[in-house]
Amino acid sequence: MFNGGPGGRRGAPEKVKNFSKAIRRMLAEIKPFYALIALAIVMSILGSILSVIAPDKLAEITDEISAGLVLNREKISSVANELITDPTSSSEIDGITVSPEDKTVFLIKMQEIQSELDGVTEFSREDAKKIYKKVDELPESIRGLIEPKMNFEAIRNAATFMVFLYLSSAILEFLEGFVMARVTAGFARNLRNQISHKINRLPLKYFDRNQIGDTLSRVTNDVDSVSSSLDNSFGAIIGEGSLMLGSLVMMFITNWIMALVAVLTSLFGFIFVALILKHSQKYFTMRQVELGNINAHIEEVYSGIAVVKAYDGKEVSDKKFDKLNKKIRFANQRGQFMSGMMHPIMAFTGNLGYVAVCVTGALLTMNGVISFGIIVAFMTYVRLFSSPLSRIAQAVGGLQPAAAASERVFEFIDEEEMPNEHDITNRVDKESIRGDIVFDHVRFGYDDGKTIIKDFSADVKAGQKIAIVGPTGAGKTTMVNLLMKFYDIKDGDIRIDGISTKNMVRSDVHSLFTMVLQDTWMFSGTVRENIAYNHSNVSDSQIMKICDTVGLSHFIKTLPKGLKTDITDSESVSAGQKQLITIARGMVEDAPFLILDEATSNVDTRTEELVQRAMDKLMEGRTSFIIAHRLSTIKNADLILVMNEGNIIETGNHEQLMKKGGFYADLYNSQFAL
Amino acid sequence: MFKLFKNFKKKDWFFILLAILFIAGQVGLELKMPEYMSTITQLVQTEGSEMGDILQNGAMMLLCAFGSLLSTIIAGWFVSNVGADFTYIVRKKIFDKVEKLGINEIKKFSTASLITRTTNDVTQVRMAITMGANMLIRAPITAVWAITKIANKSWQWSTATGVAVVIMLITIVTIMTVVIPRFKIIQKLTDKLNGVTRENLTGIRVVRAFNAEKYQEHKFDAANTEVADTTRFVDRVLSVMSPMMYLVMNGITLAIYFIGAFVISESIMSDKLIVFSDMVVFSNYATHVILSFLFLAMFFMIVPRAQVSAERINEVLDEEITVTDGDFDDETAEVGTVEFRNVSFKYPDAEEYLLKDISFRAEKGQTVAFIGSTGSGKSTLINLVPRFYDVTDGAVFVDGVNVKDYKQKALHQKLGYVPQKAVIFSGTVASNIGYGDNGKEKPSEKKIQTAAKVAQAKNFVEKLDKQYNSHIAQSGTNISGGQKQRLAIARAIARNPEIYIFDDSFSALDYKTDAALRKALKEYTKDATSLIVAQRIGTIMHADQILVLDKGRCVGRGTHKELLKNCEIYKEIALSQLTKEELNV
Repeated sequence: MFNGGPGGRRGAPEKVKNFSKAIRRMLAEIKPFYALIALAIVMSILGSILSVIAPDKLAEITDEISAGLVLNREKISSVANELITDPTSSSEIDGITVSPEDKTVFLIKMQEIQSELDGVTEFSREDAKKIYKKVDELPESIRGLIEPKMNFEAIRNAATFMVFLYLSSAILEFLEGFVMARVTAGFARNLRNQISHKINRLPLKYFDRNQIGDTLSRVTNDVDSVSSSLDNSFGAIIGEGSLMLGSLVMMFITNWIMALVAVLTSLFGFIFVALILKHSQKYFTMRQVELGNINAHIEEVYSGIAVVKAYDGKEVSDKKFDKLNKKIRFANQRGQFMSGMMHPIMAFTGNLGYVAVCVTGALLTMNGVISFGIIVAFMTYVRLFSSPLSRIAQAVGGLQPAAAASERVFEFIDEEEMPNEHDITNRVDKESIRGDIVFDHVRFGYDDGKTIIKDFSADVKAGQKIAIVGPTGAGKTTMVNLLMKFYDIKDGDIRIDGISTKNMVRSDVHSLFTMVLQDTWMFSGTVRENIAYNHSNVSDSQIMKICDTVGLSHFIKTLPKGLKTDITDSESVSAGQKQLITIARGMVEDAPFLILDEATSNVDTRTEELVQRAMDKLMEGRTSFIIAHRLSTIKNADLILVMNEGNIIETGNHEQLMKKGGFYADLYNSQFAL
Repeated sequence: MFKLFKNFKKKDWFFILLAILFIAGQVGLELKMPEYMSTITQLVQTEGSEMGDILQNGAMMLLCAFGSLLSTIIAGWFVSNVGADFTYIVRKKIFDKVEKLGINEIKKFSTASLITRTTNDVTQVRMAITMGANMLIRAPITAVWAITKIANKSWQWSTATGVAVVIMLITIVTIMTVVIPRFKIIQKLTDKLNGVTRENLTGIRVVRAFNAEKYQEHKFDAANTEVADTTRFVDRVLSVMSPMMYLVMNGITLAIYFIGAFVISESIMSDKLIVFSDMVVFSNYATHVILSFLFLAMFFMIVPRAQVSAERINEVLDEEITVTDGDFDDETAEVGTVEFRNVSFKYPDAEEYLLKDISFRAEKGQTVAFIGSTGSGKSTLINLVPRFYDVTDGAVFVDGVNVKDYKQKALHQKLGYVPQKAVIFSGTVASNIGYGDNGKEKPSEKKIQTAAKVAQAKNFVEKLDKQYNSHIAQSGTNISGGQKQRLAIARAIARNPEIYIFDDSFSALDYKTDAALRKALKEYTKDATSLIVAQRIGTIMHADQILVLDKGRCVGRGTHKELLKNCEIYKEIALSQLTKEELNV
């Protein structure tokens, strides 16, 4: 009955059911971090503004440098005029002394230039080169006069300012990351804690219907993927978004024609990337699904290898493996190919933008609309604008699985809890309970439509022993569920010392029972912590006394650190010893009622005797419900409940039931049959 | 890792060669572009340039860009094929190898580890190959090519680029040395967190019964806080990375322009323009150089992880197969006999024997049972029959032939083996019962139904919605433990073997089903020999021969009655389960 949960969701990614709802919910859950996120956003925007201003400054530097590249004709003619006025004596211009010999050379060169360019109305590049060659042959003094000069002061200032810009934008970006690390780690921690608390408020029904692996993967994988997407996707969308917006604004401020060209070419690339993303998603999903399938097959074959060998199942399993392996090969190749195409396409878009900007820029420069520095600035703007686009596209793509993961997390957090017990005010003290228990026409079923315990009544006196017997899967756990109030009964009543369990809070009911189940549940921690589970005020001597009683003390003395030995580390704890530890745990709990599963599996005969003696000790003086496997227990039980297919079909003691010759007698005799 | 590359086929090597060519071509085109850029820059700068020249150069540049795009895509196609082929071939090889390994070797590796090796480790190496192919091929080509293009332009610029590369490498190495060990810590902490959750979930009834909810929550919170603190620290260290990289990239451009201003102002007039366009080109190439070093650094970050995976894969592929095939597959003189002659067994590296000097003979139609405490070696003993292990000394004979001489298929065709823990495959009820290959034709529908009936599985199967065609989930999670066990037994019956081997297969059944099943089985398989390992006296008390094992030695042999009289250990076991009256002593 407990196996009926939905199958594991091995590898297959789930589609998000309601994307916007999931995102809204996620935003609502981040509320405690709103201030920090706002801080991060502000820093991110500031950082973007700084990195957007930078190209503008680089343009300034380029313009200054460019100013030092070309000869200024007016300057030359003014210098020439001054030199010609007195060619024989030396003269001083702008603090530079020009000798008469230098003047002569200058005049000759000027004439050469003039003659060469005779009749040329427009300079070609070749002409310019010729002039520059001649200029280089001029005497130093004159070159100093006519050659263009850069404004180093301005360059230095601009460069210093840029260093400041780059540094502060880097620091801002780092701080943003610093703050976001706190947000994501804290958010993940909150989610996990919420899940952890939720686990203990859910009715057992939930866990009987859902697989443990499923809940586990919500705690780790799903929370991880939600929080990392918060970092990567949200962070990227904020940061890159403000960068994109900033560069867009700067571009349009600088020159709207070039801005338009840059935006259009980038969009062109973006559309391609979006198309590829959409298309490749198919292969990624396919790869996940196929990976899940092949993993399942591998797991199945490896863990059942003995059967595969003994039944010569290799061919069958190979055939299936090959089929799955081929599928995964296809998905791998396509997925890899598709995702590998994104970057080159974005790079191409960048280049396209570059050329477009250069050509438009050249056109505009030649018409004197803009300066060369603006082209340089736009080269950077194109990059600033187009690279966030692709990252945003990826981030949005990454948001999809994150939303699916968050849906699963919140689905768990929103799961219906056990009814609250605020209206039950009277509390029960376990010291004052005698141990009588009455079942009064109890009706119960796991599903509303199907009642499995139809009408069960019994009157048990304190100290009596009740054996529960039946074939495997007969529903013996159901009795545990009802006694412990893990499930609520549908009709009738269970009364302890005359008080209805309906009027007791669950934790009080639990405190009345000591429960030792077949599953020897050990948890990480020391032997002591495992025995004194959840009891902080138990002394070592008390524990050792109990260990003496159940026959554990010898074992504990052999452990390297005695009671303080870590159970997780020592694999030397055998199944039988684990069972003894659970019994000791039950003794520490010391409650008036006992629920005991007698099954001793995988225990060698000698330990089994030890365990049985310990169990007998545990039963002393308690009203005991025993899931019985031993004939001795069954035979001297005060009441035997015979269960089959979930229902209690016979009740009575051994003699009565044998006399009746029904199911129990059959069961009992079958032990000796061939 | 390079050892694994031997698995590439000729086609893959050809593809790799093509990928290198296309990547080299792409790098060439990519690096050609700055030249056009520089020409365009010069053209824009110089007075009197023709618009036509600019357009022509722009077109050439775009042509290069497009060519580079095409080359990358084509190279990507080849690389993705090589990666996918690698996974395909290597995964197949591992799977095949594991199927051939002895149970002993599989235990040595552990099933879980073998699964990871076949799945995750292969994926890890594939990722390293596909990413590595791009980085390892592209980065050095780019770096060398770009460096030769800019090497002699200006020592000042080269120095600046060198400094930038060094700063970047130091940053990466520092961050990684801080972060990588912590990644491992986070993994451990996550395991711990999982552990705490798992124990809360598996022990949910105990937690509730002991009102220990708060106790568990505190424990969880402690582990959770530790995870959160460590991830936060790692995230913070990592968030230095991106700003630092931007800083270096922006810084190098600025430095080159700044230095450029001085270099230009000092050069002669006819050189200025050339130096200027050199500057623009250089800053472009410098970015390429830095990026390729960045990629190389990243590649060397991936390699160690992939290397670990590759080694784990090689361990499996290099493991020696100890259980080898014989060549006997003829008719045998005897039928249905099993004989152990002075059999001893120990694990290859172990000192102590698990079984010592065991001899017995089972005749056709007989039932031989084995009983003893855990670790007495009873399971090991019957696992020697299907050759899951090979004996250390002595010999095992089936139908008078040494099991080592059989072709394994021929040996297995005689056996019907049912393990302690039922192995159920995903599929249908029928596919589980009719599983495997016994050298004859597939069992008929009727045969499957009979097998189910004998195994006491008929009732529950026929209650399922599609009966024998009902779906069985992986590991049989949609049916109960007892039901799984009955299907596993039905599987052995459907095989029609001469010899049944039941390795403690009845413990998961209740007494009643156990008894009914054995009764039906006895009637159905009158001629078959059965070897039974059991824990319950009731299961074996009617066997023709019972061997009592203790610490690997046979301490008693005979029928139930004989052993009660003269075997102390047997009597002890019997009395712990049944009362004196019930045993009729």
